[in-house]
Amino acid sequence: MSDSAAEQKGMASKAHAEVHSDEEATLEGKSYRLKIFRGDAEGGKEVEYEIEAIEGMVVLDAVLKIQAEQANDLAVRWNCKAAHCGSCSAEINGRPKLLCKTRVEEYEGQEIRVHPIRAFPVIKDLVSDVSWNYGVSAQIQPFTTSEQAPFTMYEEDVERLYEPKKCIECFMCQDVCHVLRTHHKHPEFAGPRFFVRSQWLEMHPKDEGNRLQFLKEGRGGVQLCNITKCCSEVCPVGIHITDNSIIPLKERVADEYYDPAKWLMRKIRGRRNGSSNGNGGTRSTHARAGIRTNG
Amino acid sequence: MDANGHANGSSPHEVREHDVLIIGAGGAGLRAAVAATERGLSVGVVTKSLLGKAHTVMAEGGIAASLGNVDPADGWQTHFKDTLKSGKFINNWRMAELFSKEAPDRVYELEQWGALFNRTAEGKISQRPFGAHTYRRLCHVGDRTGLELIRTMQEKVLATDTQVYMETAVTKLFKNSEGRVVGALAYTRETGKFIHFKTKAVVLATGGWGRIYKVTSNSWEGTGDGAVLAYDAGAELVDMEMVQFHPTGMVWPPGVRGLLVTEGVRGEGGLLRNSKGERYMERYDKERMELSSRDVVARANYTEVQEGRGSPHGGVFLDITHLGYRGIMKKLPTMHEQFLKLADIDISKEPMEVFPTIHYTMGGVKVDPETCATNVPGLFAAGEVAGGLHGANRLGGNSLSDLLVFGRRAGMGAAEYVKSNGYSTEIREEELNAEKKRVMAPLEKREGENPYKIQQELQETMMEHANLMRNEDSLKEGLGKVLALKDRLPNIGVGGSTLFNPGWHTAQDVRHLIQISEIIIRCALERTERRGAQWRLDYDGPDEELGRVNLISKKDQQGEVGIEKREIPPMPEHLAKLFEEGE
Amino acid sequence: MAYGDIARSTTGVLRRLPWWTGPIAVTAALVGFGIYVFVTVMLFDRGEYENYLSPFYSPPVGGESFLPAWLSPAIFILWLPLGFRATCYYYRKAYYRAFFWDPPACSSKAQQRELRGPEHYRGETALFVWNNIHRYFMYGSFVLLVFLTIDTVRAFLPEGSFGITLGSLIFLVNVSLLWTYSLSCHSLRHVIGGSVDCYSCVKGGNARRKAYNWLSVLNRQHALWAWLSLFSLLITDVYIRLLLAGVITDFRLV
Repeated sequence: MSDSAAEQKGMASKAHAEVHSDEEATLEGKSYRLKIFRGDAEGGKEVEYEIEAIEGMVVLDAVLKIQAEQANDLAVRWNCKAAHCGSCSAEINGRPKLLCKTRVEEYEGQEIRVHPIRAFPVIKDLVSDVSWNYGVSAQIQPFTTSEQAPFTMYEEDVERLYEPKKCIECFMCQDVCHVLRTHHKHPEFAGPRFFVRSQWLEMHPKDEGNRLQFLKEGRGGVQLCNITKCCSEVCPVGIHITDNSIIPLKERVADEYYDPAKWLMRKIRGRRNGSSNGNGGTRSTHARAGIRTNG
Repeated sequence: MDANGHANGSSPHEVREHDVLIIGAGGAGLRAAVAATERGLSVGVVTKSLLGKAHTVMAEGGIAASLGNVDPADGWQTHFKDTLKSGKFINNWRMAELFSKEAPDRVYELEQWGALFNRTAEGKISQRPFGAHTYRRLCHVGDRTGLELIRTMQEKVLATDTQVYMETAVTKLFKNSEGRVVGALAYTRETGKFIHFKTKAVVLATGGWGRIYKVTSNSWEGTGDGAVLAYDAGAELVDMEMVQFHPTGMVWPPGVRGLLVTEGVRGEGGLLRNSKGERYMERYDKERMELSSRDVVARANYTEVQEGRGSPHGGVFLDITHLGYRGIMKKLPTMHEQFLKLADIDISKEPMEVFPTIHYTMGGVKVDPETCATNVPGLFAAGEVAGGLHGANRLGGNSLSDLLVFGRRAGMGAAEYVKSNGYSTEIREEELNAEKKRVMAPLEKREGENPYKIQQELQETMMEHANLMRNEDSLKEGLGKVLALKDRLPNIGVGGSTLFNPGWHTAQDVRHLIQISEIIIRCALERTERRGAQWRLDYDGPDEELGRVNLISKKDQQGEVGIEKREIPPMPEHLAKLFEEGE
Repeated sequence: MAYGDIARSTTGVLRRLPWWTGPIAVTAALVGFGIYVFVTVMLFDRGEYENYLSPFYSPPVGGESFLPAWLSPAIFILWLPLGFRATCYYYRKAYYRAFFWDPPACSSKAQQRELRGPEHYRGETALFVWNNIHRYFMYGSFVLLVFLTIDTVRAFLPEGSFGITLGSLIFLVNVSLLWTYSLSCHSLRHVIGGSVDCYSCVKGGNARRKAYNWLSVLNRQHALWAWLSLFSLLITDVYIRLLLAGVITDFRLV
């Protein structure tokens, strides 16, 4: 690359201009209409916006375009815009979706109604207060081991843990779960997200904690789940929450609390329920981290 | 907690006290929080987003550490050399030394805290090859290593007494009469309420500033808040012209342009081809081909497109089809999903179209390698916001280990500083009120310029004038435009209330973006050579003189950007020797 | 992935159906099956025709002597598969949704139709806590499966020597589906491998891991096996009844 400086200058100032721009990608004359919930904790209403259609647009693109051009104060959470962070969860036509992963074309010929997730209190527009989840997370006994890393662990032992570890904490499973959404069992039920977390912790070859008491008797509340699988249907990273996280935990709880043969074995060996080791899965001895969002 | 401010007519604020305030909850911020909390201090972590959403999740490829699990010949020395070579020797060699020595411990520490990496047949952490790393060195879990890191750190922090302030943004650092940083003003994004943090030390871990460009892999958060807070507080910034372009970002559809395609694709054998089907990398780096360093591959991709050998949407082709569906689902499942969902492309059958995207900022706040202290007492920095480690170009995978190595050091450094110093955290009330007034101004103005519009114009300006390839005339023109935008800042007005108002938040961010852009362009004008990410078309190659200096920028007496060329101290013998052997 | 495309377009179509179609269809199917079983088993004779024994009556236990005339000996057997299915993790989902509307479907509209108010919802803590004994029904079901397998072998032995008839093929399909359904059981998966944290630390771990992974593949389609095996049971019984009634004659292939 030793062209003359003049040529290079032309090249530099053209930089990226050469590449396709949004303007070229707009679909001639086509537009989308979105009805977006505008309001706060006190209530609100749907407001309709019309925007120019751009090829391959996702709903988040549309919402951000509205925000930049028509409603600067339209509140929406987003971060990576690549379905890796789980910030932009909202409800489109009554179903939880990641706004950044949902193409507008999917709704061709239908209304597009965007609402915040409803299992948690609405703050404003598309933003809900999900801080409750972090409080629950802090109550789960963290990874506990007496061994010192580096661990020797084989792929065969950990391969099934990759699935629950994919969770991006979008909390859409929490949103769709009727135990939280309809029955408001927030004080006694941890929700699918935290069963997923408990499952990998419980199945980790090196973890020595025990969260069964937390799940059965504590605020985990796994027995409140009636495995109706709505959480599995909405998971954006394809975790089979019910089959691979909740049911395995329910089976472990059954081992511990509902299996007469196992109960007899424990009687003979002399061990109490739910406390094979550790403190029975609740972190009563720890002060938990303070989480605040709205002061 | 008490509320102040009603008495003198300004907006009220809450007061919170901590020994150490950490700004940013990515990998570095959380690691610093753990380090400081372990030492028995009261720690507050402020983050603009929810916990666990930091840009760290976007790191896909892996975390570089010379464990030698796959290639036993690897060691810190090789990692050190790779890092310096890739950084074109303007790195801080002491940082690089500490970094390459400590990275393995930080990886094992993650494992101790519950992180799960892919395993080798012997049951050890598996390591994959990556651009310009001599050995297979990247510990990874599929293509979501950053998520694993952030989740592990998040859960670790949640199990401590650290106080986390989610969705809270800091606008200014306060100094006491001795010139020590002793506080910060923040507003909560949800309600707009002000918080005055009284603190004995501040750790900046705010990440980079990729949002100054239009095509970027960064989230909205990457607005360089930390660098500007530090700059305003009188801290020195180093090599700000160094902005990394990741060679492979998505190009189509427009909504996802700039979205990262992990280097893991090339690590797993992905091939780059132009529209003629040529593996053109042999013309740019015959030896390392696709796995050359990022600056080289980015320029190659750029040049191919500029010279008319691009793909239909103005990119080049990246082909991983040879791995097959099963291989891709095992090694790169996220990428498969990303392309299938967003671009209707099945990467097990068709090549991807990619083009460089702004990815990382090597420059940043100048810190002491051992403690991460800046030149301002009480102010520390770690992670992407700090500069020095990566020099002129960062190696893929070095970022995650950077976060942990220096996050820990910053937390420890701040803790030491707090424990060995007794001083007042009182500041003048007027200073606090003036800042609150400044932050509220766009809301009071209401009818004014749209902050999104200014942000867009800035992004387009930087795209046009301070891109992958630069020259003096274009940079100067760009500087003029940036300064014109700076003058328009006071005109910004936004509607709505303080209740979760993104327009108002953007009005704050855009000031940071503009300040950083100005510094970047000024530094880019000073470094008249081709070195790593700084590629001046009007100069022929690297300049020996400039290769021995860092560009230090600092707010001068007049409040303008002052730039100093500072000599890099010579490498001590034990390090210099490493480059003599076998080279 | 042609299969994926088909699956996607099918789910696309299914998604556009109103939310109540799912629970109504499930209710209809389960109630229909229940009525059939009750009526045939209670009102008709044992479903036995030559070398075919209806799976509802296998193994043939209990003397008719001490039972009232209207009660079929099938009740000695039927409680086991009935219990197995009633406590099955898939059927639980199906009947919580279809019978109890807890919730009927997942969309926000459907959830508003949930019958039970928050103060009455107990999940699986009250009455349904009994579902936790699923594993014991599972153990029992495998005993039954052995008998059903023997019945299938007998079905291939018309008049004492090997032969293939339409009836024997129906038996084979039925027993295979029942095996698949039972092997795909969540509780079995747990007993085999789900309860083990570290395969490489226990004896026979590798075999258990392989079995677990294999069962997991079957488990993915547990709902499918549940329905198919339910229909195959029904078809097998209907086939025998039709033979008994002389409506059709068995078709011999070999």
